[in-house]
Amino acid sequence: MGFWRNQLSGPTDPIADANWTQGESRKGFFTDTSICIGCKACEVACKEWNRVPARTDADGPAWQGSSYDNSGHLGANTWRHVAFIEQGPDQLARAKASGAVLLGMPKRTAEPTRLAEPVEAPAEPVGLPAVRWLMSSDVCKHCTHAGCLDVCPTGALFRSEYGTVVVQADVCNGCGYCVAACPFGVIERREKGVVEIGDGTQQPVPNGGVAQKCTLCYDRLRDGQTPACAQTCPTTSISFGDHSDMVAKARARLATLHEQGHTEARLYGANPDDGVGGTGSVFLLMDEPEAYGLPPDPVVTTRDLPRMFTLAGMAGTAMIGVALGVFAAFGRPS
Amino acid sequence: MTTSPFDADRPPKPPRDGRRRRRRAGRRGDPNATVPDAEFRSYYGRPIVKQAPWGHEIAYYLFLGGLAAGSGLVGAGAHLTGRPTLRRNARLGALASVGLGGVALIADLGRPERALNMMRTAKLTSPMSVGSWILAGFGTFAGAAAVLEVARPLLRDGVLGRVARVADPLASAGSAFFAPPLAAYTAVLLSDTATPLWHESHRELPFLFVSSGLGAGCGLSLVTTAASETAPVRALAAVAAASELVADHLLERRLGEEGQPLRQGHAHRYHAAARLLTAGGGVGALLSGRSRALGALAGAMLVAGSFCTRMAVFEAGQASASDPIYTVRPQRRRADAKAAAGQGATQPGGEWPTGRAREQAP
Ligand code: SF4
Ligand code: SF4
Ligand code: SF4
Repeated sequence: MGFWRNQLSGPTDPIADANWTQGESRKGFFTDTSICIGCKACEVACKEWNRVPARTDADGPAWQGSSYDNSGHLGANTWRHVAFIEQGPDQLARAKASGAVLLGMPKRTAEPTRLAEPVEAPAEPVGLPAVRWLMSSDVCKHCTHAGCLDVCPTGALFRSEYGTVVVQADVCNGCGYCVAACPFGVIERREKGVVEIGDGTQQPVPNGGVAQKCTLCYDRLRDGQTPACAQTCPTTSISFGDHSDMVAKARARLATLHEQGHTEARLYGANPDDGVGGTGSVFLLMDEPEAYGLPPDPVVTTRDLPRMFTLAGMAGTAMIGVALGVFAAFGRPS
Repeated sequence: MTTSPFDADRPPKPPRDGRRRRRRAGRRGDPNATVPDAEFRSYYGRPIVKQAPWGHEIAYYLFLGGLAAGSGLVGAGAHLTGRPTLRRNARLGALASVGLGGVALIADLGRPERALNMMRTAKLTSPMSVGSWILAGFGTFAGAAAVLEVARPLLRDGVLGRVARVADPLASAGSAFFAPPLAAYTAVLLSDTATPLWHESHRELPFLFVSSGLGAGCGLSLVTTAASETAPVRALAAVAAASELVADHLLERRLGEEGQPLRQGHAHRYHAAARLLTAGGGVGALLSGRSRALGALAGAMLVAGSFCTRMAVFEAGQASASDPIYTVRPQRRRADAKAAAGQGATQPGGEWPTGRAREQAP
């Protein structure tokens, strides 16, 4: 079972697992939401570079009517998505309390695991701002164990030499399995249709009917360039580089913020022991993940695949045994 | 509560979409949790995981694949025990349903013209890839079996006759070999997703689906074949219906609160109908005896019940993906325990492995 375990869940190096030998290092993002200003330049730059069409009617209403965020969620036509949340002091107090206990010891160190003492949220939040805005630029996580990649039946999704997960649009047949398998709801099938260009003419949507998501700008990486979103971000909220550097940077930033008393800060995806083996895109969040529309405990669905196949095998064996057994018991008709 | 003198003039509020928002009060979490109890939160009630972009074609395929598998087994059993009419009808039924199922699958693709890309690789981590090969295998043998039935008058003697005598049992054996995986893999297909209800059903779903497929296959044979040849089918139908009801009950018990999507909306109606039809069909098959009409009625109920079961599971899964509470609530419950073990997604974590972790492991 060692083979299955390392392939399907747990900490591992996806580049080595995919048998790449070029010696490229894993690339990733660190998205520091504490300094994001919600300008959405990253969303625009991504659309421009990757020729991602504008939202269509199939993506839902053009105006969400709930906040300054009108792109809603990551999807086939939104590869970067900037979330916008407005909160009062009580929510900040709660985030400070929940973030303070998360600096637990990593599992694979010598010291025993211990969480900090529980922190009580102050009953009356005092000295906190009356309102805070949370802005966070979300993107494909380029998971260590990517559900989308595992379940793809055509091999259209592949693990690149940079450890990222990329769709080959000319191979994908639009079966949609990856869409259901992503624990973060990132990848989506782009529906066929037409887009209207500025001058009123219409063109077919590129790559209609196939799964689409962030490629971590595979084409730019191969030319030694920075992905469009990181290149354009005016606040350095998005940084790009070797994954190990990104993780180190994220942990350092977390320590700084906690030192300054911003205990609401926490990382997301930096822990290689989490349910997806850690993610290639690491985030620093200022509240619990679900406040941003991120799953609080993502687990790659294929972790349970060996058990599923075992149970299906038992069910199938019972089926043929019972069916042929009943026929045998009745024997030939008299 | 009135807070302003103008409140009286306000038009009545439209009923809230209670499904989406704040369904619940109080969390049934660990009473010693270190994080203060929090109500369910989401990003403007928007879903976290995405629904599979699958139309009803996929639910039809789940049904048709099971029907084909059940028919394939009945055909093999009939062949084994010398029931020629039953064998013919079951074989034709198997080919028709697997063919229709294949068409439904292809029709649902975003790029149907690339359907054969499924065969460009074989991938154990993808139940859909495994299933494509199972489907191809079953289709080949079911097709051969059906051709042998149709062409039987031409295949009495000569070289063709001798070939047919060898091919006939092979076709039955092949159909029987591929039938159980065909019936069971669709359960793995659904469970191996991030759709909360499907994934959480992964223990019981294979048993539900093989029972449902076997019941449907028996049902179809009861409709198409005279009672003189269907005695084993009637017994088998009752067994299949009973085990389907048991698996369904265990599934509901396992899901508990997270099984709510099965108890509302379309899924609920299909689910209730499935139980009635399956129970009625099973009892009817057992009691129908020599009556052709009763047998056919029971058979039709079993087929319809199997269809409703698949629709219920399909619809409930899609509903569970579209409401973030089914994603957040169980994960939030796990998250605290995970954090205590150093496995929290929001924790800074330890060292990342490089190179081959496999080879470094003792
Ligand atoms: S976030 Fe989703 S789409 Fe991106 S790599 Fe992970 S599973 Fe695939
Ligand atoms: S890496 Fe490239 S494709 Fe991915 S979000 Fe950034 S700009 Fe878009
Ligand atoms: S991540 Fe950078 S580019 Fe994107 S919205 Fe925030 S500040 Fe703007």
